[in-house]
Amino acid sequence: MAFWTFFSAKPLLWLIVTIVTFIVASWLNRRVGGTPLLHPVLVSLTLIILFLLLTGTPYETYFEGAQFIHFLLGPATVALAVPLFDHLERVKKMLLPLLLACMAGAVTAAASAILVAQALDASLETLLSIAPKSVTSAIAIGIAEKLGGYPSLASGLVLITGAIGCVLAPPIYRILNVTDEAVKGFTLGVSAHGMGTAYAFEYGLMAGAFGGLAMGMTGAFTAFMLPLLIPVMSL
Amino acid sequence: MLVGFLILLLFQFAGELIVMALAMPVPGPVVGMVLLLVCLIIKGEVPESLRLPSEALLKHLALLFVPAGVGLMTHFSLLQADWLAILLALIVSTGLTIIVTALILNPSAKKLHQLEKE
Repeated sequence: MAFWTFFSAKPLLWLIVTIVTFIVASWLNRRVGGTPLLHPVLVSLTLIILFLLLTGTPYETYFEGAQFIHFLLGPATVALAVPLFDHLERVKKMLLPLLLACMAGAVTAAASAILVAQALDASLETLLSIAPKSVTSAIAIGIAEKLGGYPSLASGLVLITGAIGCVLAPPIYRILNVTDEAVKGFTLGVSAHGMGTAYAFEYGLMAGAFGGLAMGMTGAFTAFMLPLLIPVMSL
Repeated sequence: MLVGFLILLLFQFAGELIVMALAMPVPGPVVGMVLLLVCLIIKGEVPESLRLPSEALLKHLALLFVPAGVGLMTHFSLLQADWLAILLALIVSTGLTIIVTALILNPSAKKLHQLEKE
């Protein structure tokens, strides 16, 4: 018990817990065939939250260790410029339809989520946290901070959105008769960010590349669009 | 690798500075990303020292979401009150987003494919 009292107050323990849990969750996900319902991030969150509740550890203590991982989201967001640059030639060739689809998709995602939640009487903090839900967490956390939502709630909702997108996309593609790999990948990137992109790679390399492209474009566009959309929707 | 990581941090820093100076409602790293993209376009290629840390970070992007996501535990009361609204909002809007995006892109898909082959 003395060990626990000593180490549970140290950042090192929580850093190790985060990484170990994620590795185990990734292994588990591969074992069950990569289903988006058991996404490594969702599984890690659940396990770590359970562990913290069982040991009576406050989130603040956990975050003292986990913040070293959290910090890397900033440079990782900047790093999205690299895959964007890699696909620049592709973007230039089909700039107009991609831009249109990205903008319409991003506005639909934010506006419809806010409208539905508003109709069901969700609180203002919930509405502001739900708005950036289709954007990669790295950017969504920043947006929620800026808007006055809860960054941690926003990032949780982003992850759940990612799983929902991976589940909904295949049947919708069948109904709408979408067969093109690029369209499949780009649509997954717009609606389900990084989790959609990872899923798009299962359709093929081109789908994955377009997913990454869509994720970057939607993230950047939403960061600039939401601060304008929120007052329009009188929040 | 180290130089590349420093480049990422410096662009993030520049992004944060611009956001602060102009009081922009956008996260600093997003501005940093746009700045880096512009610089890469001007330079015409990605330096190897930058590619290494960038791809390493993006490869493990999913892990980086975990610490903030665990913060969901501090919102149990909000989640309890709004869970139905949240769940319906996420499902409806994600479905709509997929439909809207696919419908806009699908007609030009043929053209996209032709351009891809060139």
